[in-house]
Amino acid sequence: MNKIKSLNDLRKIKQDVEQKMDLREKSDNPDRYVQIKVAMATCGIAAGAREVMNTLIEKIAQDKIDAVVTQTGCMGYCHAEPTVEVRKPGAEPVVFGHVDREKALAIIDKYIKTGELLEGIIPVNYQTA
Amino acid sequence: MNDLSLHLLDIVQNSITAGATLITILLDEQPGDDRLTLSISDNGRGMTAEQVQKVTDPYFTSRTTRKVGLGIPLFKQSAEASGGHLDIQSTTGEGTTTTAVFGYSHLDRLPLGNMANAVMLLVSSNPVIDFVYTYRYNEGEYVFDTREVKEALEGVPVNEPQIIKYLEEMISENMQAVKS
Repeated sequence: MNKIKSLNDLRKIKQDVEQKMDLREKSDNPDRYVQIKVAMATCGIAAGAREVMNTLIEKIAQDKIDAVVTQTGCMGYCHAEPTVEVRKPGAEPVVFGHVDREKALAIIDKYIKTGELLEGIIPVNYQTA
Repeated sequence: MNDLSLHLLDIVQNSITAGATLITILLDEQPGDDRLTLSISDNGRGMTAEQVQKVTDPYFTSRTTRKVGLGIPLFKQSAEASGGHLDIQSTTGEGTTTTAVFGYSHLDRLPLGNMANAVMLLVSSNPVIDFVYTYRYNEGEYVFDTREVKEALEGVPVNEPQIIKYLEEMISENMQAVKS
């Protein structure tokens, strides 16, 4: 397929994408999908948050996971950057620290898909009880 | 920060925190004049003259989660290392423009990095904010405007995973076309 270059190319792709997927109207139902927030302040970016974010976006597209990836600022865990907060529908948010490409994939494959927790959770936000 | 696209990701966070709804980015490469300009303008809440003065001080931050703010000081340092400078214009209630000018051919001038990817990450992770990204190289120019993109997408969100990668491709292809 030719590369996308103009707004018209984008319109065509949009129709294609629209047909293949069932539109979730994400912005209207934030409770129905997984929200992933990557901390992208100076500390996060310097520690490699961008690679983590790219990995998450690719993986979500590839595995067709009902999730959106957004950015957040510094949460004060500069020592543990890159950090990723995951909020599954109806669950408390969990913050993972020292995330790299491999761990980003594990967050999706394990925590998001099966609910299995990983090492490196920043305990401040997380209560097991 | 290893490249200019990382600075861009960083500095735009200031605009987002300032409540901007429209963020305008200009990347202007003028090798003939030995100049590269990266400028970020927003319509956020702006800063007072006193804040503008303090913002290049690493020990000044508007945040309460920590005591240092390195985004602007690092950006300034990168610009100055290449013989350039940083300028901030801000008006309370109207917005802020942060402009870094670099010496194009200076050995210590940071490479661009993946600008198309940086713009895509900003657009997709802040779907309610509009971005206008202008890339200039000599006389050539490309403008990526999310208001047009959102119209073309007719309700399909800009952060739809299947769409995101095409946005990056579109920006990247057009930047290459302008440059060649």
